[in-house]
Amino acid sequence: MIPPVLWELCAQFLVLSLLSIGGANAVLPEIHLRVVETERWMTDADFAQLFALSQAAPGPNVLIVSLIGWKVAGVVGGVVAMLAMSGPSSLLTYAVAHAWERFRDAPWRIAIQRGLAPVTVGLILASGYVLTRTADQSLSAYAVTGATLVLALSTRLHPLWMLGVAAVLGAFGVV
Amino acid sequence: MSESTATPAVASVSTSALFVGFLKIGLSGFGGVLPFARRMIVERRRWLSEDEFLDVLSLSQFLPGPNIVNVSIIIGRRFQGVAGAIAASVGLMLMPLVVVLALATLYAQYAQIDAVRGACNGVSASASGLIVATALKLARPIKDSTWQVGVCIVAFVGIALLRVPLLWMLAALCPLSVGIAWRTRP
Repeated sequence: MIPPVLWELCAQFLVLSLLSIGGANAVLPEIHLRVVETERWMTDADFAQLFALSQAAPGPNVLIVSLIGWKVAGVVGGVVAMLAMSGPSSLLTYAVAHAWERFRDAPWRIAIQRGLAPVTVGLILASGYVLTRTADQSLSAYAVTGATLVLALSTRLHPLWMLGVAAVLGAFGVV
Repeated sequence: MSESTATPAVASVSTSALFVGFLKIGLSGFGGVLPFARRMIVERRRWLSEDEFLDVLSLSQFLPGPNIVNVSIIIGRRFQGVAGAIAASVGLMLMPLVVVLALATLYAQYAQIDAVRGACNGVSASASGLIVATALKLARPIKDSTWQVGVCIVAFVGIALLRVPLLWMLAALCPLSVGIAWRTRP
């Protein structure tokens, strides 16, 4: 017997898979909307913690999805959420990869790319905003977010250093 | 398949090599694996030339789905069809999934310790900044085009401030934006 929440989880991420133009980072506000506000599977604080864990682990950004599945329905939930998030988009990618390579210089292909680029940027910017609002509960947290932003834009420092320093500051109760 | 041969790439890659290669890529990256994927695929194993990789990347970014998973699907398919796509994508996600679920299970046991919660707060504050930085870096190529900046602002305001459901936003904005791109094509 499969628990209903597992079906629900699977259905949510099957849809999100095809909406995630620009990757997992672009759909974080929508994931937040669905799992915190609509389904009430977790609180803002839970969401922020899962986001932190997904960033602290090696691997792609999409891991946040498996952590949400894990929070809702355990390890099986984590695997189901990841498969649902990757399945439909992978089938689509497989289907169009060949045509895309053949029409490399076609005007319609270039128009699609130029048209979707700013949408993607807007969505990822929105993710940054929603995550900052969700994760930052203190002025010092905003300062850490701001400092990371400046360092990431102006230096070639590896992101792991910034996450590491922020973790240490947090562990000592500064953030 | 592709005419671009700026650097000669290898002719064939076996299914097991795809699995092992993407397994390593999956484990190598913190906070995003694309830079590691490029180094491995273009420089070390020479599966693709630089140009071919950029082409695969642009397709992966514009299609829905996790970008790096799309990269694994396209490269796996190119060398070994369905079996290659499965080997590459499973190889990519297997270890990160195991590690993150193990980490989550550990975290659940120690979450009541103040220092652990605090470290988590620090990481999420910093990681939010990284995401904003990613968006601003991606914005560089579009910043000189007024309509593209406009589309970007509409997407941001709609999703971040008005919390419009993503489906409606995409259904309205994508055709509009691609339409403008078509009308203004060089």
